[in-house]
Amino acid sequence: MKIFSQLKKNLKNDFSKLRPIKVALLGDTATQLLNQALRGTGYDDGFNLQIWEAGFNQIERQIFDPASELYEFDPEVVIVFQSSHKLLSKYNKLQPQYYSTIAESQLELVNNLCSAINAKTRAKIIYYNYAEIDDAVFGNYANKTDQSFLFQLRKLNYELMLYAAKSANFYIADISSIQNQAGKSAMFQTSVYINTDMVLSIDVLPLVAARTVDLIGSIHGKFKKCLILDLDNTLWGGIIGDDGLENIQVGSLGIGKAFTEFQYWVKKLKNRGVIIAICSKNTESVAMEPFEKHPDMVLHLDDIAVFMANWDNKVDNIKKIQAILNIGFDSMVFLDDNPFERNIVRENIPQLTVPELPVDPADYLEYLYTLNLFETNSFSGEDVERTKQYQTEAKRAVIQTSFTNEDDFLKSLNMISLVAPFNKFNTPRVAQLSQRSNQFNLRTVRYTEGDIEQLIQQANVFTYTFTLEDKFGDNGLISVVILEQEDIDTLFINTWLMSCRVLKRGMENFILNTISNFAKQKGYTYLKGEYLPTAKNEMVKDHYLTLGFAPVDNQWLLNVKDYKNRKCFIEAK
Amino acid sequence: MERNEILKKMNVIFCDVLDNEYIVLTDATTANDVEDWDSLNHIQLVVAIEKSFKIRFNSQEIQSWDTVGDMVSSISAKLN
Repeated sequence: MKIFSQLKKNLKNDFSKLRPIKVALLGDTATQLLNQALRGTGYDDGFNLQIWEAGFNQIERQIFDPASELYEFDPEVVIVFQSSHKLLSKYNKLQPQYYSTIAESQLELVNNLCSAINAKTRAKIIYYNYAEIDDAVFGNYANKTDQSFLFQLRKLNYELMLYAAKSANFYIADISSIQNQAGKSAMFQTSVYINTDMVLSIDVLPLVAARTVDLIGSIHGKFKKCLILDLDNTLWGGIIGDDGLENIQVGSLGIGKAFTEFQYWVKKLKNRGVIIAICSKNTESVAMEPFEKHPDMVLHLDDIAVFMANWDNKVDNIKKIQAILNIGFDSMVFLDDNPFERNIVRENIPQLTVPELPVDPADYLEYLYTLNLFETNSFSGEDVERTKQYQTEAKRAVIQTSFTNEDDFLKSLNMISLVAPFNKFNTPRVAQLSQRSNQFNLRTVRYTEGDIEQLIQQANVFTYTFTLEDKFGDNGLISVVILEQEDIDTLFINTWLMSCRVLKRGMENFILNTISNFAKQKGYTYLKGEYLPTAKNEMVKDHYLTLGFAPVDNQWLLNVKDYKNRKCFIEAK
Repeated sequence: MERNEILKKMNVIFCDVLDNEYIVLTDATTANDVEDWDSLNHIQLVVAIEKSFKIRFNSQEIQSWDTVGDMVSSISAKLN
């Protein structure tokens, strides 16, 4: 990780080609260096963070004054940093009978701040939680009395999590966790605090900035979706091809424990919706044997979405995995114990994240914990099912090769789609799809759960979700369309996005049939579409052309009065 | 370590932190003589010097310096 002075040197670079994001930074301590660290870190992550920094200790004044510079700036992200030190000085000044109330009153303040921000902007709020200070007034008894500062601080951190869980727009940057990892002496330096009123040491600034920019990135759809694993000496100790099933190290003995714990970590990631793929130089049947037969293996074949074991080079194999999953290299992580393989892969696929695993397998997990690789900004039931969906996708790919006629193949799938407007049940999935879809996304407008709740209320906005089920399994909710009335004749397609795992099934035709018929029924004449190019959505450049729309001023028009249903083999449920 | 040796090492740190290779420090140099040497950069200079010389200043010391010479004296006292 870069140190602060290196991040600062980034500030002289050219930011003009990077994605701009307007960020407001408000703190109750000095934040100038944090500002520089954030912008410098953003550069390395491909963001041009345009940071407006509030004057010193102006959180309340800027947020509660509706005519403040904050709202004039109109940020997309608001960072609020209330420090443990200021909380402690508040606590210090209280009459003792109020000691036990400070967590509650601080939480109320946070709630009021958020309500004020939400009333004026649609910005996402990033709130720094509280790094622990034990003022050592009660000793261990601090854990036994709600009078102690430590009790109140921990309660506040816990309550903030509950608050975040129910507030769609509110995200916590976990700097308390950074302090746990780096240690308080690394987090906080008294001479810096005394002389500048900064509560973060120079050395910890890059960690805090990274944690914050990870969060900003995930809010804007940038996160890891897939973990690719080597096998020998990565997932188990030893070489399966040489040592044999009985002699590989996994289980509760010796170094086997490290591999077992590592596998549990991978399993938890899989349960959270990260796709797990294997990429190993091995004979496939030999490589699969431990998954099928070793009693101590935590991971089984049904945890793996794509299993790529052969003697080809890893670069080609990773490219194959990428082609099957149809996600960007920048959303994949590759773990391999062999530095040589790591370097070749890194050189050939620079977008891929390839952590420099420590030499000792006992260190793998502790090292990976520090990287915060798997940031996300949503979690839904669909995540849990993802591996199964990719596995069935691989099965479909095999069957398809046996049909020479595509129509026959599509017919044989017995596809059914459930069409529904946005509602409180599908909102988390809609938000997630809106954050994750980069390729099949015509305008790449991102919506959070909070945005969607607002959309549902609006008149003259019509929302659609589509699921797709076939004889191999249920893909779940895979496409989202938002129509807006532009005038009495025209419906504008504000959003049309689709998960890439259902490409080439005729879903586009089914969707267009659905929305054209709706438009006709409602008495509109035109559907208007628009394609806004990004680095990733080239795939849908000719989407509207293919569907029979006519180009008009950089947009696309379809007359629904003479629309004939397009061919498709999907039934509405 | 001799004073001029300390000064040389400090000069390198100043050039790096302030990202300006033309800085030339003497005992008499003050913050007013060096472009960008403001209070924010000062704290970064202090932290970089602490790291480089493997010493720690106390808070009052940091506030007591008027010239680069004063800083050299502080460092020298800790090293010898």
